[in-house]
Amino acid sequence: MEIKKAAMAGTLESSDAQVTVEPGGEGIELSLQSSVMNQYGRQIKETVLETLERLDVKSGRVTVVDKGALDCTLKARVECAVFRSCDESQANIPWGGAIR
Amino acid sequence: MRNAVGRDIPDSLLVNGREVYQGKNYMDGKYIQKASPRTKRYETPRESKIVDSIAQALKDCGAKSGMTFSFHHHLRNGDYVVNMVMQTAIEDLGLEDLTIAASSLGEAHDPIAEYIEQGKVVGIQTSGIRGRMGEVVSNGKLKTPAIIRSHGGRPRAIEAGEVHIDIAFIAAPTSDCVGNCRGIGGKSNCGSMGYAMTDAKYADHVVVITDCLVDFPNMPASVEAIDVDAVVVVDSIGNPKKIASAAARISQNPRDLMMAENVAKVIASTPYFKEGFSFQTGVGGPSLAANLFLEKYMDERGIKMGWAIGGICGPMVELLKKGKVGKVIDVQDFDLDAVNSINQTPNHFEMSASQYANPANKGAFVNKLDFVVLAALEIDTGFNVNVLTGSDGVLRGAPGGHPDTAAGSKVCIIVTPLTRGRMATVCEHVVTVTTPGDCVDVLVTDYGIAVNPLRPDLIECLDKVGIPHVSIESLKEKAYSLVGRPDDLEWEDKVVAILEARDGTILDVIRKIKPYQA
Repeated sequence: MEIKKAAMAGTLESSDAQVTVEPGGEGIELSLQSSVMNQYGRQIKETVLETLERLDVKSGRVTVVDKGALDCTLKARVECAVFRSCDESQANIPWGGAIR
Repeated sequence: MRNAVGRDIPDSLLVNGREVYQGKNYMDGKYIQKASPRTKRYETPRESKIVDSIAQALKDCGAKSGMTFSFHHHLRNGDYVVNMVMQTAIEDLGLEDLTIAASSLGEAHDPIAEYIEQGKVVGIQTSGIRGRMGEVVSNGKLKTPAIIRSHGGRPRAIEAGEVHIDIAFIAAPTSDCVGNCRGIGGKSNCGSMGYAMTDAKYADHVVVITDCLVDFPNMPASVEAIDVDAVVVVDSIGNPKKIASAAARISQNPRDLMMAENVAKVIASTPYFKEGFSFQTGVGGPSLAANLFLEKYMDERGIKMGWAIGGICGPMVELLKKGKVGKVIDVQDFDLDAVNSINQTPNHFEMSASQYANPANKGAFVNKLDFVVLAALEIDTGFNVNVLTGSDGVLRGAPGGHPDTAAGSKVCIIVTPLTRGRMATVCEHVVTVTTPGDCVDVLVTDYGIAVNPLRPDLIECLDKVGIPHVSIESLKEKAYSLVGRPDDLEWEDKVVAILEARDGTILDVIRKIKPYQA
């Protein structure tokens, strides 16, 4: 998928994460802030990059402000932000395909 | 050198007779030489000790750079006194190299962080350290490592002369013109003044700061005029709204209530739960709610609580008034119900921190305690508890009376949810050991109960009445299966704080954290 416009998903509530995606140049440019950075920063980064790879997103700026979200929440927020960025979050979500 | 809880203590800290933690009751039977202060004689009768300003009081007490000032934290997050005194000393009198020895420090003292960064405050000795101050100390900005002590360890250190207080500042809700202080009767009431008592007896100079001057004699005095050099009257010593909450309300959170009910079940299953038993509880959601369920079991068995100690709040006062507890002995008050009750409700008494929890005196109240119910930020599979550092390695808590009551009591119950957000409360290794595992007996979480294998007697009690329990390892695995296994924190070599065990040995050190860079 391609990030076509800026889009956002998630909140800054505790145990959630706010994910913003924007179109950008070469590759993925990830900016990560987290309230649990010292213990889970590495794993959050891995989860976000894996999710983007699964969605076949090759480039864009991705900003994650994490408030201690579990992995499942992080994945859902990244997926939603990407689908919103290409106006595909209303219908035809590939449940069981790229979204699993 | 590795200590009894497996923590590596740098040899460079083991000087002047300092030892690493060797296990509980290691100092039993040894002698201590008590320190004595050098105090001024006030032989000529004088009508009043009131001086115009804090600056004047400091000058009269010979304040100079390099001194240690002590404070107590009964005004909690409403306190203005620490900031007022330090501002006057540093900005008006130009003093430097000061050490703050406080019974606790909190977010109310954020401005002190600035003085640490400027190098004007070079030492911190406290139980609690939070907010900005916790951050700058964790960042290694304080010139000397902070020293963290429990509420019992502090009076021990003062009496042993390990902390020499040059000037003690007493935040007094009421005082008379010569310095008899009480925690009630004014506009910024805090109730008990227990943490200030040892300071007043062992400091070279004592300055009372009050916002309510009352007629002489202000009796019964918590801090006595015979120990006081000067009295300063200010507009306000603190924000009453933040000193004592309206009323500590018992949690309605079903998870808290379920855990609290299990705590009460565990207590009721032991042989110590009998007529005249003694009890202390924290004021966290599930700990406080335990009061409620315990009362049910007391009624069922037709027994009464003999006495309760600690930081006191409304629900305990309620039990006292209902005649369900014989005596309440109080070192600090958390809400207005408790503040308004101390020395007013019959059998609600005040005590000093030493009387409460000092391991080096001839027997503190905690030594007679049957049950204590406490919270934890983290607890590891060795039952070691951390209540000082966040899981990110930053100072943001307080041992308080946790290690003292855990060590003294017959049954110490930790009650905590298994996870908080993404943090696993039950973990492999706590960041900092504030209460050693050999003092902790039972863990109650929302996912199950675990009993310390060191207490087969308690395991038998639970089995006999059919309370299910699991291993603490299985609770840890459950937590990690929910939130993921955290990476180990990374540290620099620099020690930013020393955590003293209550007996004065070194229990753990806090190093400067190396933040993860994404």
